[in-house]
Amino acid sequence: MKPDLATEKVLPAASAATREYDVARVRAEFPVLHQRVHDRPLVYLDSAASSQKPSVVLDAMTALYERDYSNVHRGVHALSERSTTRFEATRERVRAFVNARESREIIFVRGTTEGINLVAASYARPRLERGDEVLVSVLEHHSNIVPWQLACEATGAALRVIPCDERGVLDLDAYAKLVTDRTRIVAISHVSNALGTVNPIGEMIAVAHARGAIVVVDGAQAAPHLPIDVRALDADFYTFSGHKVYGPTGAGVLYGKAGLLEAMPPYQSGGDMIRSVSFDGTLFNDLPWKFEAGTPDIAAVVGLGAALDFVARIGCAAIAAHEHELLLAATRRLAAIPGLRLVGTAPAKAAVVSFVLDDVHPHDIATVLDREGIAIRAGHHCAQPLMERLGVSATARASFACYNTLAEVEALGRAIEKCREVFGL
Amino acid sequence: MNELRDLYQEVIIDHNRKPRNFRKPTGPCQTAHGHNRLCGDKLTIYAELERDAIRELSFQGSGCAISTASASMLTDALRGRSRADVAALFEIFQRMLRGESLSADESTRLGKLASFSGVGEFPARVKCATLAWHTVLAALDNKEDPVSTE
Repeated sequence: MKPDLATEKVLPAASAATREYDVARVRAEFPVLHQRVHDRPLVYLDSAASSQKPSVVLDAMTALYERDYSNVHRGVHALSERSTTRFEATRERVRAFVNARESREIIFVRGTTEGINLVAASYARPRLERGDEVLVSVLEHHSNIVPWQLACEATGAALRVIPCDERGVLDLDAYAKLVTDRTRIVAISHVSNALGTVNPIGEMIAVAHARGAIVVVDGAQAAPHLPIDVRALDADFYTFSGHKVYGPTGAGVLYGKAGLLEAMPPYQSGGDMIRSVSFDGTLFNDLPWKFEAGTPDIAAVVGLGAALDFVARIGCAAIAAHEHELLLAATRRLAAIPGLRLVGTAPAKAAVVSFVLDDVHPHDIATVLDREGIAIRAGHHCAQPLMERLGVSATARASFACYNTLAEVEALGRAIEKCREVFGL
Repeated sequence: MNELRDLYQEVIIDHNRKPRNFRKPTGPCQTAHGHNRLCGDKLTIYAELERDAIRELSFQGSGCAISTASASMLTDALRGRSRADVAALFEIFQRMLRGESLSADESTRLGKLASFSGVGEFPARVKCATLAWHTVLAALDNKEDPVSTE
């Protein structure tokens, strides 16, 4: 029996948010931020696409490769043991980050997309039947739509869509009506990538559970901004990418309730996920390794562990408070620009500001801003159904992280005003 | 700022704001759809032909300033030309975007389309400038499948 480590829950102390947030010190930890782009100081406002990495993450990966690297779960030699120890220590680190009950409920995947695909393939497909329904929301990223479309196509189940209002807020009354005894799976994002809307997923999970449906949460945009507590939420599956929470690309997390994971067939098969193989049959390994076929991205997993340590050291609540200040400032600054319309005005938002400008296409905005050293995203943000719902073909999106400053908000405002100038507005 | 002014020349800004030939013809025409998947730019080109030459070109769609201005200017510039003419001109246009020097004759042949020369400095935007060209060629070939610049 493993000790219950839940009491070690690594969530920010209440005092962390009230401490003075020293953004200059935080920035100093990110080497990439200290450069000029097109002869202007880089202003990185594309963290919702991928965040930058602090030195501690880069150092952890380099240290692994320089001192401890070998394959995991295989050798009896010292390096393999060290690598395995560091790899499995990260699993425990992630368990604490999401407050899971047991570390075997933490599956390492490449990212959110793979996490969702794993659930769609190993949980949904064997269970769904004609007449069943899967619910997604109109806010979803394509990666939380397409795997369910394919699962529905393959099984004859139907995909239903939870609508949102003009502000980008999900319609919970419509949701309550959509959840029926036919609903098997609800797949929703914790935070919308395109708009920043924070969805009331605790409430939504309770509604789904009352009708016997399980809930898969896409936490890609939540992990960098909000404390996550899968047990308080009672999430059945929760998945996020390391690279959006200051970790490297290549390592992500799928949390699943042990009971659900145990009842699922493997996703991919090969080495590491087996207990014994013969041509008469194969015995699969225990959780979590049953779902981790092949050599994983060991260094990325170790880097992810360092990233979560970084977040805990700065303080999840302190980061959230700082980002909220940036969000308010950006909302105020941008709303004052003539011809600018904010897209996504939910009362509960992460630090994402999506907008359109009269007579200037988002891609032209992004090009002008790039020449000012400002990196933003322009396009449909892999959320075409949402863009269609809101009546825009694309938006410009500035997204903020722990290392952004109020001065950068002002630089953004001035650069958007320059767009209007360039276009003679 | 200078590079931005090179990219967004007055004539491009003007065509973006007031696209020419922005309509769907009522008579028979050959149609092609162009889609820039990365940006979401979408346009439809309508080619009304007379024997082997373009009698009228028109378009509809939505996109950035570069793709809209490119489509708008093409609908003016390619009137009266054959498919072979269009392909030859596109080849010169692409060489200009790659930053290759053009002969005086080639520059003359491009005419107003030379105002896209600044796009070469913005590699991410080259596809915006070429989407309309690919779509015009598809319309002339009467291709049903949407054209993409990916």
